[in-house]
Amino acid sequence: MNVEINHLTKSFGGVRAIDDVSLAFPSGSLSAIIGPNGAGKTTFFNLISGAFIADSGEVLLDREDILQLSKTERMRRGIGRAFQVASCFPTMTVRANLMAAVTAHAGRWASLSHRFPSPGMRERADDVMEFVGLTDVADVEANILSHGDQKLLDIALALALEPKVLLLDEPTAGMGPDERWRMIERVRALWERRKLTLIFIEHDMDIVFKVASSIRVLCYGKVLAEGTPDQIRNNQAVIDAYLGAEENAT
Amino acid sequence: MNRNPALRDALFAAIVLILVLAIPMLHRSPAFEDFIIRLSAMALFATSLNLLVGNTGMVSFGHGMFYGFAAYAFGLTMQLTELSLPVAALFAVALTTIAAFVVGAMCVRLSTDYFAFITLAVQMLFFSVIVSWQSLTGGDQGLRGGIPRRHILGFDLGSQLHLYQFCAIVAVLGLLALRHVSMSPFGNTLRMVRDNAERASFVGIVLWRARLLAFTIAGGFAGIGGVLAALFVSGAYPELADWPNSGQAIFAVMLGGINSFLGPVLGAMILLALNDLVQRFTEYHGLVLGVVILAFALGLRRGVLDFIHLVWSKRAR
Repeated sequence: MNVEINHLTKSFGGVRAIDDVSLAFPSGSLSAIIGPNGAGKTTFFNLISGAFIADSGEVLLDREDILQLSKTERMRRGIGRAFQVASCFPTMTVRANLMAAVTAHAGRWASLSHRFPSPGMRERADDVMEFVGLTDVADVEANILSHGDQKLLDIALALALEPKVLLLDEPTAGMGPDERWRMIERVRALWERRKLTLIFIEHDMDIVFKVASSIRVLCYGKVLAEGTPDQIRNNQAVIDAYLGAEENAT
Repeated sequence: MNRNPALRDALFAAIVLILVLAIPMLHRSPAFEDFIIRLSAMALFATSLNLLVGNTGMVSFGHGMFYGFAAYAFGLTMQLTELSLPVAALFAVALTTIAAFVVGAMCVRLSTDYFAFITLAVQMLFFSVIVSWQSLTGGDQGLRGGIPRRHILGFDLGSQLHLYQFCAIVAVLGLLALRHVSMSPFGNTLRMVRDNAERASFVGIVLWRARLLAFTIAGGFAGIGGVLAALFVSGAYPELADWPNSGQAIFAVMLGGINSFLGPVLGAMILLALNDLVQRFTEYHGLVLGVVILAFALGLRRGVLDFIHLVWSKRAR
């Protein structure tokens, strides 16, 4: 699915968190969004997914404007998201988490006619579980999963809804170096197999330059640059605002 | 054993019901029978509240209004119309369910704190209406004149034994139905809303609809409890709809355990037994009750059944 954002603006108080942003994400692309802290990256995701209502602009999904739709309706149109801090249902097992998600996706969440789970839901949940590699911890409660598995479960919850567009907010946040690469390889693999339009926020530049086919740089709510990894690496504005600062900091 | 949990629950309910029904055949004790009758009403009241508190994470301080509403609706229907008891009871419960829907529609969109606050406020409003509308409700004297035509399917509810049997059957069936709700896909949805409302809405659950449906169902079942209470007291009193009564249900839920389905039933048992016992020795029963609840809250830090469950699962590991 094609995602096109035109002149998107969102203010909090007097601060323009997202300021006239226009970006296009072609169907099936794998794009990274980078930018310093407070650049508005997560706000940008919140506006696309409908968690926040934009002040003005357009969010086009295959040329249809979805800006007025609720997050639930947007999700039904095919926008899935995972969160910076893994977001799942902590008192349920991994399998129950996913069964709950596929049940909701099948529109049966208000069903009272039988016991949970509805027929067929377990199989569908197990498919997603195997796809992301959580089968080993199927019966573990989500709140005692390792950090990495919680992040995977969060992504799996989004995948259970069969999205066409997947927004991943720092899929490798809080992970050690090795774990990061394993995670990003999984993300890459699911992008290839599901033919998703995948957009991810990432702070690790090595990962971004290696994995993403195109990169957008946000800074103070504006688009600072966009292009291929090579173009971004050599963009003077990006080096000044972000990459340089990062090197100075470390 | 785990292959058919619905059957297992039904079997458990049947065994409990048979035991309860068998006791008066072996030994008649008016005090015990009274206790079970009051427990039936209270168990439905507390367990339906726990559908909100434990299952969904919605702390309602106004659940008593539906308990009281049903008692008045039932009592008045019996007094003012010629409808038979089962029809009047169903009518009262249906009316209560509608009332819960209307009140819920006002309340469920509010955040946790304000939700608790507004449920309390609506209840106080309802209580004032009962007390001031003397010509209809009898005001603070309660609805007097008794409940006529106390017959249902060969049960004569004027007799204590028949009332005991009737209440036990209704309570067990009602609890079984509530158990079904909590184990259904919808019950699971309520758990998702409690665990992580934001995530729940991102997998496609419309939060206010889920909460409103839960509130409506809970109100309806509290109404069944209210009808039983009206039968027991032969009328209705404003106290049934007052906030201390809602507080009793919350006590029962907290005492028994919010994460166990039968927790509120156990809590109701403990609470009623405590009330009876303490009242015999002192007029300061509120004080004793407060100390006991404090001991539970600070000592176990959870309800009895939840505590047992925790110890059990630790041992199993």
